[in-house]
Amino acid sequence: MKRTAFLIIGATAAFAAVASADTVAPGDVAYDDYGSVAASLTGVAGDAANGEKVMVTKSLGNCVACHQVSVLDYAAFHGEIGPSLDGAGDRWTEEELRGIVANAKMTFEGTLMPAMYKVSGFIRPGDFKGKSVPNPPSILTAQQVEDVVAFLMTIKE
Amino acid sequence: MKISKLHPIMQLATAATLALGLGVAAQAEEGAKLIVNGEIEMVTRTAAPAYIDGLDEIISGWEFRSTETQALQMDDFDNSGMLGVDSALEAWNKVQGPEQKSCATCHGDVESMKGVRTVMPKFNEEANDLWTLEDYINNCRTERQNVEAWGYTGGSMTNMAALIAVQSRGMPMNVAIDGPAAPFWEAGKELYYARTGVLELSCASCHEQSYGLHIRADHLSQGQINGFPAYRLKNAKLNGIHARFKGCVRDTKAETYKPGGPEFHALELYVASRGNGLTVEGPSVRN
Repeated sequence: MKRTAFLIIGATAAFAAVASADTVAPGDVAYDDYGSVAASLTGVAGDAANGEKVMVTKSLGNCVACHQVSVLDYAAFHGEIGPSLDGAGDRWTEEELRGIVANAKMTFEGTLMPAMYKVSGFIRPGDFKGKSVPNPPSILTAQQVEDVVAFLMTIKE
Repeated sequence: MKISKLHPIMQLATAATLALGLGVAAQAEEGAKLIVNGEIEMVTRTAAPAYIDGLDEIISGWEFRSTETQALQMDDFDNSGMLGVDSALEAWNKVQGPEQKSCATCHGDVESMKGVRTVMPKFNEEANDLWTLEDYINNCRTERQNVEAWGYTGGSMTNMAALIAVQSRGMPMNVAIDGPAAPFWEAGKELYYARTGVLELSCASCHEQSYGLHIRADHLSQGQINGFPAYRLKNAKLNGIHARFKGCVRDTKAETYKPGGPEFHALELYVASRGNGLTVEGPSVRN
């Protein structure tokens, strides 16, 4: 049994990262009273370059749909629903940013920002075609959350 | 409002100049006035009904569009939605079915529909249900003409809804929300504020809390439906109210409700009531 698991993990690095015992499942994320998350969701350091990609990619984070970010000006049409993220790395700690990216409602009650790392508690969850998806995946993977947090920490005034 | 005395094109130019002068290039929100064909004066901005807690002022979607898109609605020759209206006028006069009846057989000239759009949807006593304009149209087809019902969001239906809307252009929306309509209105209000889908967004998230702001390149309006059916440049056709609702719910990454179903009936009444006081614009031109 143990050997089988070992072989599978050895076979695909990507799968190993997702299924790693160190990955915190969406329902197990430990938010403190202010919405911060102290521990990494994966135990693997965030990749800021990939986090940047996640933020400007429509099918991934699509963060610029609502947030203006000067260093991402190359991606057209930044939105203005959420606050500008300029200087986010100065204003927030890594732990606070992790909590906000994973589920901003734990930090800002009632915020419009969708939770990026949440899989339950939705009203009529579906896909972008309007079809029902009873058990939807989180918008971002645990590692993508870490990557976005790593990128946000690089945005200094 | 001196500006209203000017020719529409002049008004547009004036509004555009004002907007540019204020550094707001693409939008012509303040000061622009919608007068169709130089004669139908629209109310695109007025005080919100007292029962709407979240808004002080109600604003037609027309005000949120670019000057170019706004201009397309100011003259019927530029409004592609009028092609659907023309097509529906043919259908209005077409004798058909085993009863050999056209719409005109019972209703006469389509001008008899003046005012109808302003009170839709409304509670139908006989059916003991909330009926939309589409329901009335299909009821005529199946019960009087004895022909097949049209698809709720199909082209023929939406064109006919546009033809009937045109008869009320310039008249203020005035749906009833009390009496037997009250429970539908309450249900619609609940749906309006329900944060659906994986993105957990309600109608209010975008159209009450965030109107006037951009989501990516989209300029969020108040989601008013006084302009429906709306000719959208995006899909180059007339779009009905429930078809638009469906698109919005879908965009919250949710399982949509069915066009023509009870949820969208209730939601239509509630959203229509948020626009009571704005004038009927159908067919409007939007992005």
